[in-house]
Amino acid sequence: MSKSVQDRVIAIVAEQAMLDPDEITLGSTPAELGIDSLGLVESIFAIEEAFDISIPFNANEPAQSDFDISSMGAIIAAVEKLVAGKA
Amino acid sequence: MSLRPVSQGRRRVAITGMGTINALGCNVPDTLAAMREGRCGIGELDFQDVERLSVRIGAQVHGWEPEAHFNRQQISLYDKFTQFTLLAAKEAVGQSGLNFQGELGLCSGVVLGTAGGGLNTWDENYRAVYEEGKNRVHPFVVPKLMNNAAASHVSMEFGLRGPSFTVATACASSNHAMGLAFQMVRSGAARVMVTGGSEAMLCFGGVKAWEGLRVMSRDACRPFSANRNGMVQGEGAGVFVFEDWDHAAARGADILAEVVGFAMSADAQDIVMPSAQGAERAIAGAMQDAGLNPEDIGYINAHGTGTAANDKTECAAVAHAFGHHADRLMISSTKSMHGHLIGGTGAVELLACVMALRAGIIAPTIGYEEPDPECALDVVPNVAREARVGAVLSNAFAFGGLNAVIALKRA
Repeated sequence: MSKSVQDRVIAIVAEQAMLDPDEITLGSTPAELGIDSLGLVESIFAIEEAFDISIPFNANEPAQSDFDISSMGAIIAAVEKLVAGKA
Repeated sequence: MSLRPVSQGRRRVAITGMGTINALGCNVPDTLAAMREGRCGIGELDFQDVERLSVRIGAQVHGWEPEAHFNRQQISLYDKFTQFTLLAAKEAVGQSGLNFQGELGLCSGVVLGTAGGGLNTWDENYRAVYEEGKNRVHPFVVPKLMNNAAASHVSMEFGLRGPSFTVATACASSNHAMGLAFQMVRSGAARVMVTGGSEAMLCFGGVKAWEGLRVMSRDACRPFSANRNGMVQGEGAGVFVFEDWDHAAARGADILAEVVGFAMSADAQDIVMPSAQGAERAIAGAMQDAGLNPEDIGYINAHGTGTAANDKTECAAVAHAFGHHADRLMISSTKSMHGHLIGGTGAVELLACVMALRAGIIAPTIGYEEPDPECALDVVPNVAREARVGAVLSNAFAFGGLNAVIALKRA
């Protein structure tokens, strides 16, 4: 389950960044992947759709959100928590 | 020549580029060829839920594949009206040969008309949240549907960093936009303006709303014909490059026509019924602004919607504004071929005006079957005509009683 969340989130972000999933590591930041603010909002929307979850992300103040976007690892961990909370 | 805007004196205004996509063609040459042949772009509508409409005809751009023109990221941000606009703008700017990346971009802008803006985006997302019960929409819904999206994307595409905005005056939107662009270049407020308009209202909600008014024909658009029974909607875009004449001449640009006059008026009377007096004031005003006499005008591209009210009111306005010369000029409605593009219609119709001046070919009013004594002008019925004309007008009279008329001269 956990592995599949990671793979699916990476696949979504890779598509957004127009990169190969292999080029994305857990340490990558959205900025390093070339994802701008609109791209980030679109990625979060795609993740919400894929997992049927609601992500507490505020585009006005991303740092103040209850959703850590500092790295891919942080994003995946947060998504895993939300998916677990749903079940 | 300084690239800074000049603030004094009237500048002449040249058209140095034009582009379009509409039911008649995906570029200017195909569209003008269709107008010459009197080809009709109106047919069966094809989109989701069309079977729930009572009006099922329109001048639709069939076989439109955004993937052939834009990448995935662009498509996620561009409503169809923006896609149409960008395609037309690329053709127009390409023809002009201008590059706005440098200093020229600072004193050049874009003003476009649209009535509905991203109506397909509204329609799709209302369907998602109301009909399908979804509670989440794509994050780009707002930047896609806003009426200024097309103008903003054109500014970004070409580096146009001067005055840029969108005008919404229903069926007169693109004439108002082009008139303002003309005034800005003429006054020196801008050196070059990319201008025109677009509309993409052919979706379930768009046509359903129009059905309510009961002014839509279920079989054909027959402007000025006694048996006319309403308007037919179209979709697409028309975009032009309006350039300071001296700037265009200095770089040896091919000048397609000269924009010489513009006038606007408000009926201040009724939200849907047109007024001959309001229309006449805009027609006479455009000639006065251009320094033209009625005898100078050889052709008018009519608003000519094919409704009972518009066509007879427009003919009365022309008859009154031109006096005895009304019987000598030609007036045609190309909406009979490309449909009524609402906020983009004046821009596609200005193509017919440029063709009249440049090629000496007057686009016909097709679908004309029976003379109407209330429309007793030379409406160039059914077949295009060769004629040498030196000056033309393009009429647009919107719901809400807002009128806008543009005058062009042969370059």
